Amino acid sequence: MITLEHVYWLTGLMAAGVSIVNLRDKSNPRRFNNTVFWGIYAITFLIGSYLPDLASGFLVIGMVLVASIRGLGQGKQKPTREDEAANALRWGNKLFLPALTIPVLTVLGTVGLKRVELAGGPIVDIRQVTVISLAIATIVALVFGMLLLRPPLLAPIREARRLLDAIGWAAVLPQMLAALGALFAVSGVGTAVSGIATRWLPLGTPVAAVTTYSIGMAVFTMIMGNAFAAFPVMTAGIGLPLIVQRFGGDPTIMSAIGMLSGFCGTLMTPMAANFNIVPTALLELPDENAVIKVQIPTALLLLGANILLMNVFVFRG
Amino acid sequence: MLPLIGVLIVVIGFVLRINPLLVVTVAGLAAGLASGLDLLEVIAAFGKAFITSRYVGIVWLVLPVIGLLEHAGLRERARAVISGLRAATTSRVLLAYFAVRQVTAALGLTSLGGHAQMVRPLVAPMAEAAAENQYGEISLKVRHRIRAHSAAADNIALFFGEDIFIAIGSILLIRGFLDQNGIHVEPAQLALWAIPTAICAFAIHCTRLFLLERSLRAELSAEGKQDR
Repeated sequence: MITLEHVYWLTGLMAAGVSIVNLRDKSNPRRFNNTVFWGIYAITFLIGSYLPDLASGFLVIGMVLVASIRGLGQGKQKPTREDEAANALRWGNKLFLPALTIPVLTVLGTVGLKRVELAGGPIVDIRQVTVISLAIATIVALVFGMLLLRPPLLAPIREARRLLDAIGWAAVLPQMLAALGALFAVSGVGTAVSGIATRWLPLGTPVAAVTTYSIGMAVFTMIMGNAFAAFPVMTAGIGLPLIVQRFGGDPTIMSAIGMLSGFCGTLMTPMAANFNIVPTALLELPDENAVIKVQIPTALLLLGANILLMNVFVFRG
Repeated sequence: MLPLIGVLIVVIGFVLRINPLLVVTVAGLAAGLASGLDLLEVIAAFGKAFITSRYVGIVWLVLPVIGLLEHAGLRERARAVISGLRAATTSRVLLAYFAVRQVTAALGLTSLGGHAQMVRPLVAPMAEAAAENQYGEISLKVRHRIRAHSAAADNIALFFGEDIFIAIGSILLIRGFLDQNGIHVEPAQLALWAIPTAICAFAIHCTRLFLLERSLRAELSAEGKQDR
């Protein structure tokens, strides 16, 4: 059976390749930092499941120190827009095919792989079917691309190195933040915040409770970087005891719109790095808050719309 | 109250623009220490949390093939396709992507998009090319603005589309949490009540994209005249 662990190995192999390409690239002034950074990252993927927790902790701290003390660099080799334009004329619209293979196969795999059985058991771990489908789709797309373009054999790993170094430490930030969220949860940040919210915020009328709950979801999501972490805390602290029990609101409507209020918060926080910070690196934007700034007006207007919707519908029963 | 020191460190760190990896690590260690764990226990907890969060990094598996295709001219090709369409404007390109992304996410097809696989190689170059089409050469600053809008369209369409799908993570989380509290709700009802917000998201963001086009037109036509 194919499990998440196999996908981790694949990711680890890619990171190891990136590390080695960096080691051999003299055009990168910080090549040893990059080598160590991606090398440790590779180790956490390849053998992370078997490492003692303390060893993983020290590895992560090592990575952070390498990235933050002298910083990571980038090699010089980069295709220019002229190169890309010349190549584009040569290959034409065929270039879209491998690129579109990834989403199409991921979707087909997510729907179809659940039903495929081998020797009496499912061929993939059903709980992780989307991620495994994504991994399979990228391999198929890569093979397709290699057959179509016939580049040197090591080209894919060099290209991965180019992109991953362009993203730099931001590539690891989402994972670090997910880890921070887990640590926050263990250390009781949630209860502390809901304690403050219930003690100091206006909750006396249905409208005040609904408004505080929606804004609280957005703000707490901004702190934690994730609406999933905010929902249980805010709903247990304000939603269920006040909106549902005291004022007789509908729990379904409250939860659905409450979660979406949290998503408005996700749009406004650097803590949701994979949505807001990683794209600025991927798109080579000089301001790492550029995406957040564009999203804030929509997020605030939509939060207002959510408060209005919840006030109108939650007490109608 | 003491665990909130972690939150405080994160806020200060982001404001002072210290390397976020360092900020997050220090905040995590501080929150752990404040809750009464000793240093080695906190480091171990952090390591464990990092290892169990590895699924977040799997998205980078698309980089080898995307890099290969970019080198072969994928982004230039995406620009060329848009240059052939006279009616294409930045806002129309982004609107079309927004609509497709939101509808497919609502059908549970959340992987039909993403910043590494769609926005960087396809959507952003197309949106930029549409602006070049309409207004001629555009400055790097405008280019950056259009790119940020491309990423935002992907995020907003995804967030306010996916909750309409019954089996998405957030719906399962709500249902599980309410079940624990003795309240039974139907996933289909939860999904249904995501629709009003989804419609608002579409209306609000469409309006903003429309305004983006107006501001691009005002800014870039003026620039064009100055050049002449």
